[in-house]
Amino acid sequence: MSKAAELAALIGSQTALSNRNVIINGAFQCSQRGTSTTGGGFLVDRFELNINNTDNIAITQSQDSSGPSGFANSWKILATTAESAVAADERVRFRQNIEGQNLQQFAFGTSAAKSMTLSFYVKSNKTGTYAVNLEQDDASRVIGSTYTISSADTWEFKTITVGGDTSGTINDDNGAGLIVSWYLLAGSNYTATDNTSYGASADGKQAYGHSTTWGQATNDNFFITGIQLEVGEQATPFEHRSFADELLRCQRYFFRTGAFSYFLMGRWHHNNGSPLASFNLPTTMRAAPGVSVSTAFASGSGYTGTPTFGDFDPNNFTIASATSRNANDVQWANTGKLDISAEL
Amino acid sequence: MNDMNITSAQYVAHPIENRNMSIKATIDGVEMYVPINDAANKESAEIMRQVAAGTLTIADAD
Repeated sequence: MSKAAELAALIGSQTALSNRNVIINGAFQCSQRGTSTTGGGFLVDRFELNINNTDNIAITQSQDSSGPSGFANSWKILATTAESAVAADERVRFRQNIEGQNLQQFAFGTSAAKSMTLSFYVKSNKTGTYAVNLEQDDASRVIGSTYTISSADTWEFKTITVGGDTSGTINDDNGAGLIVSWYLLAGSNYTATDNTSYGASADGKQAYGHSTTWGQATNDNFFITGIQLEVGEQATPFEHRSFADELLRCQRYFFRTGAFSYFLMGRWHHNNGSPLASFNLPTTMRAAPGVSVSTAFASGSGYTGTPTFGDFDPNNFTIASATSRNANDVQWANTGKLDISAEL
Repeated sequence: MNDMNITSAQYVAHPIENRNMSIKATIDGVEMYVPINDAANKESAEIMRQVAAGTLTIADAD
């Protein structure tokens, strides 16, 4: 076989040579919110941990500085307290919602719908069978599969290939087009219904085939990295991107500012009131974001205190001082940090 | 399934123009400013869903 033929066989006939991976932050390089937290929600960029209806389990999640060869980081999920018994409605899962307009190459909803392959590296102390599903938000359709961790505490490479869906259209917009979910713990409500072919979404299809007992012993751990989802029937080598490229992709969905340093806000000349200014975002966000204060702002003479925020646009928003000033006065927003979110 | 727990919501007035510029809401214990009636923003969409369902009221701006 020629080298060209070998390359074609490796990458598959339907695979692009670049920008193959539709997962963002698959190597867990970016973690703007910090490197460790307790409980669910977002920590590492673009991946959300959901802990639903549990009554015992306590979990920490962290950006870990370990991985298989070629990966400096992974995501670690650790059960610091075990779930003593898994009730039907309990689950622990993590997922990434992928924007619909980034998925049009899959041609779902057409006769030319293409297969897709999910690949990742995983390690856990708890061997067994874990469930994954891929859910189309627009068409409310889902397909699932499982993978098996065979050796405890050992990085293993997993691939899952599913056919294209000729029925469920993924809208070409900024909404959630595909939700990729990995299950760690699943009660019987989520495992009851076969999901190995495309069909209408249902709770019972979320984790069909999931049988590991992860989370039922203290210090059960789970590490994952190198996540790639691509067109085609074969997993190609992970598409490494620069930190700058990956961070910019993440900031379309979430941006934690640095500490404000004498950010100038002015009051117009007509009357007294709150000074205000426009804050420009580093990249166009997915949608008009929401804003919360993650680090307090300085108060006192010349400083704004904790501002208010509004007139949100994917590119900018308004910051207004907490205090009223005279016409033509200026104030500084200082020391505070903002969390700006347009997550799916 | 939406897991958001929204415990308060209030409009925020624009400091110059006579209109509201956002909603200040407490979502899962965190104070957050969100766009008004924007279906593409998930927090705003959830506020509007709860308002329509009659389970949440948005207070007038101060």
